[in-house]
Amino acid sequence: MAIIVTGRDGASHEVPLETGRKLMEVIRDAGLPVKAECGGCCVCATCHVYVDEAWFGKVGDAGDEETDMLDEACEPGATSRLSCQIVLDESHDGLKVTLAPEYD
Amino acid sequence: MPDNVVAKTDAVIIGAGPVALFAIFELGLLDLKCHLVDILDRAGGQCTELFPQKPIYDIPAVPVCTGQELTDNLLKQAEPFNPEFHFNEMVTEVEKQENGNWRVRTDYGTEIEAPVVIIAAGGGSFMPKKPRIEGLEAYEDTSIFYAVREMEKFRDKNILIAGGGDSALDWAINLQPLAKKIALVHRRDGFRAAPDSVNKFKALVEQGKAEFVLGEVKELQGADGQLTGVSIKSKEGEHTHTCDTLLPFFGLTMKLGPIADFGINLHENLIPVELEAFETSEPGIFAIGDINYYPGKLKLILSGFHEAALMAQKAFRYARPDEKLRFQYTTSSSSLQQKLGVS
Repeated sequence: MAIIVTGRDGASHEVPLETGRKLMEVIRDAGLPVKAECGGCCVCATCHVYVDEAWFGKVGDAGDEETDMLDEACEPGATSRLSCQIVLDESHDGLKVTLAPEYD
Repeated sequence: MPDNVVAKTDAVIIGAGPVALFAIFELGLLDLKCHLVDILDRAGGQCTELFPQKPIYDIPAVPVCTGQELTDNLLKQAEPFNPEFHFNEMVTEVEKQENGNWRVRTDYGTEIEAPVVIIAAGGGSFMPKKPRIEGLEAYEDTSIFYAVREMEKFRDKNILIAGGGDSALDWAINLQPLAKKIALVHRRDGFRAAPDSVNKFKALVEQGKAEFVLGEVKELQGADGQLTGVSIKSKEGEHTHTCDTLLPFFGLTMKLGPIADFGINLHENLIPVELEAFETSEPGIFAIGDINYYPGKLKLILSGFHEAALMAQKAFRYARPDEKLRFQYTTSSSSLQQKLGVS
């Protein structure tokens, strides 16, 4: 099982899917540049990703705290999520996300 | 230029997060006084800036506490040693003096001299998140500001505030009486702010004293550093909003900042240290907490506390080269208890 992460340079990376872990953690552990300043407690918005449109409805809804925090994300869009708030399971096999840009 | 008043002390700590605060205590037990410099306006670092109300479960003997509680307790523990805090300042230079001491300078002009410098800067300096809009830099400090230091500067301005958090709303409310016009642009009509502020702002909008614009700033218009308007994009399309001042408030992010220029060795934005006292490549400059790097390093607050204790032992040798260091326990030493004000 794997997820597909598109980097800021447009390159695509296959990252092993580990169930029960946060999307942010598997992206970070794969060595991809996700800042995740707060370590995954939904208070910094630096693990921001765009979820592929076809997948957006399958990763659950953002909670209130995450919705609020997305205000501080860099260039939020219609399918923006904080990757520390998505816990992976088998249903996410093949999930596609793109790393959002970072603030200067 | 007036002569800068130079404070002299035993140790300058860069940062005022939890590890820096515990370093005050450990240095204090050895009679070393310290000054702390932090870019934030209060102590606590990430604990108070990022997660003041979030629970922390891995502090030894404290089953649970919030970032704010941890900070408050560390401040209380450090209080007997009368540390001097320099908030809202960033250390820009650390320079070796002929007498062997270090001279630390801040962006505010403060100068402090000490034989020991301790970098306890965590993930770096908290700096404003700057929106990625083309040509932004050309307007910074003339038309675009990331903080309000003097309110008077904004009198009679046509202000646009961007963001939906407490800073955005508080400044919209506070600057409204002196601005010529004030508007707030935000990507949605919900806010991440104190309900009282949200209500106050909504009341201003209802009274026609402030404007709320749904959307995001995409382009800047103006010339020679003088903003004349911005282009705002929303679901309805793009339109021009006239303003001469833009205040983006999108929170803070951590950047290494001037530490990269101190002349000490770095390893991927971290500071490599030796393992006896967490000293950097420069004798007398230590790095403790999240900012240092050594084999097996764990970015935990408790690791930083341990590092602070070991650092203090060696810091003593720089600050008091002619004195003998006596290792004592607070439980049994009456002299330590006197320093703590408990006997």
